[in-house]
Order: sequence, then structure tokens, then C-alpha cells
Amino acid sequence: MDAPANKISVQGLKAWFGKNEVIHGASLDIPDRSVLAIIGPSGCGKSTFLRCLNRMHELTPGAGSSGKMLLDDRDLYAASVDPVELRRRVGMVFQRPNPFPTMSIARNVSAGLRLNRVPGDHAEVVERCLRQAALWDEVKDRLDAPATGLSGGQQQRLCIARALAVEPEVLLMDEPASALDPIATAKVEDLIHELKQRYTIVIVTHNMQQAARVSDRTAFFYLGELVESGPTEKIFTNPSEQRTEDYVTGKFG
Amino acid sequence: MSPSHTDKTYERELKDLRERLLAMGGRVEAQLASAVKAVVERDPELASRVKKSDSDVNRLEVEIDDACRRLLALRQPAASDLRFIATALKIVVDLERMGDLAVNVAERAIDLCQAPSLGPVHDLESLAGMAQMQLKHALDAFVEGDVEKAREVMETDGFLDALYLKIFNDMLTRMMEDSRAIRRATSLMFAAKHLERFGDHCTNVAEMVVYMVRGTDVRHPRSRQLKST
Repeated sequence: MDAPANKISVQGLKAWFGKNEVIHGASLDIPDRSVLAIIGPSGCGKSTFLRCLNRMHELTPGAGSSGKMLLDDRDLYAASVDPVELRRRVGMVFQRPNPFPTMSIARNVSAGLRLNRVPGDHAEVVERCLRQAALWDEVKDRLDAPATGLSGGQQQRLCIARALAVEPEVLLMDEPASALDPIATAKVEDLIHELKQRYTIVIVTHNMQQAARVSDRTAFFYLGELVESGPTEKIFTNPSEQRTEDYVTGKFG
Repeated sequence: MSPSHTDKTYERELKDLRERLLAMGGRVEAQLASAVKAVVERDPELASRVKKSDSDVNRLEVEIDDACRRLLALRQPAASDLRFIATALKIVVDLERMGDLAVNVAERAIDLCQAPSLGPVHDLESLAGMAQMQLKHALDAFVEGDVEKAREVMETDGFLDALYLKIFNDMLTRMMEDSRAIRRATSLMFAAKHLERFGDHCTNVAEMVVYMVRGTDVRHPRSRQLKST
């Protein structure tokens, strides 16, 4: 049977911190094996939206959300869903590379497997994930060296390899290249093109050119409202909403 | 009117590009007016001045091209800014070509002055007036982002084509009646052809204005239909 056309479907999502509502009802479909970029100014709700997708948002005290979020047509927030299991299926890469400082390169990649008590030495998984993260050739001769010895760009690709090791279906990326130099950024972006053959990717970025370069679809958030979403080419050449137009042409504030 | 860009330098660069395009359009308008006047009033000196002024239009083309490339490289324009710059890059080619056509008309004027007049050239004057009006309307549509005005330009082009055909046939008749008129009638025929082509470039500008405002490509509707079926 074919996989559902939409990997993720969000309907009427509201999210809040205490009494402060930060997303006011967003509806959005994310096709399987595609890249969605979320753009918008600081505080628009884009990171919160991302964190609702793997139920990390609710970990903040006082934070909550309502509305429907479906992964493969199944409700993410159903009582039967184990959030830890969900976060294995929906992996996340953060803004600052955050490898485990006391672990070697190889053990960083296999950390999730060991955490889930998967037996074996994981050498195959380590190699596969480092290859998928386009890092293998640079580290294959020093797999037992500390991860902190890598450059920032390499550390970020290591974190991507670590996220891939538990075989997720969706990869969430929160500003994955904002702390990287242009060459490391290009490597991560090239990697995103590769990864979308297998994974559904949602990337939050302040860099509009990056959104334009890597994504198939783009969603624009402003003040907690999903203003417009659509094919990236349309958003950047001929958006439907005036506020999107003003944002992508740099006419805000 | 939408708000201005947060980056004031960028806003000024876009405004400057728009003004240069208009200046170039204004030069071409004046070139055509003078070229036609040179034909009607049999004024070879005026025609020579038109030929000389072409270098100004050419220089503007190079400057505008350069400004567009700089904006694309340094500003990564999006949405309506991107469409504006894409439009500028295309219509600058049309405007430069229109300048050349005005020069071609001026050259015919010089040639026509070598021999006695064939009589009044009312139809050619009318055609030139229509071509000038087409350029004026196309530029107005560009400045105001007026799709309706652009569509009027596109629809009016048929009248220029019809008048050109009439002049063509009249000149053919003149040649058949009197072989001594062949050279002059041919010159007038060419001048009319240049004016008709001038009108076609106005249509191109108008089509790009529709793209700039709406983001839809209205060129070559028939070839698109063929592709989709």
C-alpha cells in the first residue's frame, strides 16, 4: 500500500505558554519526503510549531497546545502515543551543535541505540549514518576521537548522523546552519537535498535564501499566525498575501 | 501603495533603477518624435541628430543592465522586487531596440531628402503617432503597475499592423504607377515597417508589465495551449 501523501497534517493548532497564546490556530499539510521551510521574524511561533511536532513543547512548564496533529493519519496526541517513542520517529537537530562532550565520534552516533538498549557494536549503523550525513570520509580514521575535536560544521553533521541512527521518519531542524560558516552551511544544505529522498524534513530558518534554496514548500508565520504556505517558488516569486510579500522583500519594521 | 523597504539604501537602488528606465524610455520617445519629424519636414540635420543621440540610449542600456546584475547579486530580491528587476532586464532590451528603430527611420529621412518629395505622408505620420502613444502608454503602465493600460497597449497593436499594411499597399501601387518613385516609396515602406516593429516592442513591454504586476506570463498564449494539450 502507498504511504499517505501527507506525512504530517496539522489542523487548527493552538499553542501557549501559560496565559500567553503563541500560535493562534495553524493548519498545514506536509507531504511525505519533502522539505518544508518555516520562516518568520523572531517570536512568530515558528520554533514552537516545530516543537509541537515532536511534543517537545509540552515539556516546558505551563506550556500546552490544542488542535489536531496527525503523523501518518494518526493523532500525535492520542493517549496511546508514547512521547519518547514519538521522538524516535520524529528526530530533531538544534541550532547549536550539541554532541555529547564526553563521548567519541562513534559513540555519539550510536548513543540513541544504546539508550534504547539495541544490542551489538553498532559499527554498521555508525558508518551508514556518518555516510548519510556526509561526514564519513572526514572522520573514518578517528572514530574513537572525542566529538568535541570536530569543527562546528562537522559537529552539526555529527548531530544529524546521531538523529538518523534511530531511523526517524521525520527530521526537525531548528536553525541548523545559523552557527556555521558558508561552506559548512552548503554541506548541510546539500545533505538536506539528499535526506529528503528518505525523510520528511521541517526546517526553521531566519535565512530566507536558505529557505528558498532547500525547501519544496514554505510556510510564513507572523505574530503566531500562519499567514501563508505554499510551493517555495511561489512564496518567493509571487506570494498571495501582502504580509508575505512585505516580509520576503524586506519591508517589515 | 505597499510600505517601503526597511533597508533605505535598497529602496533607493530600486527607485534609481526605475527612474533610469523611465529616462531611457523618455529618450526613445524623443528620438522617435524627431525621426518622424525629420521625414515629414525633410530635415536631414534633425535626422543626423537622432543618429547621434543613439549612444545615450545605448549607454543607459549598459548602465541599467549593470544595476540589475548588481541588485540580483547583492540583494537577492524576492517576489515583486524580483519581478520588477526581471522586467527591467527584459524591457531594457526592447527600449534599446526601439531606439535603433528610431535611428532607422532617421536614416530613411536622410535618404528621402536626396530626391524630391513624393507628397504628404499622412498615414506614416498617423502610424508614428500611434507608435509614440503605444510607448507612452506602455511606460505609464510600467510606472503605475497598471495591468488594464498594459492590456490596452496589447490590444491596440493590431491597428498599427493594419495601418502598416495599408501603407505597404499604397507604396506598392506608387511603384507600379511610376518606376522613378521606387527608391523613395521603398524608403517610406521601410520607415513604416520600422514603426510597426516599434509598436511590437511596446507590446513586449506591456506583456512584461502584466508579469511584473500579476506574476503571470501572458506571452505566446497559443504556444502554451499547444503545449498543454
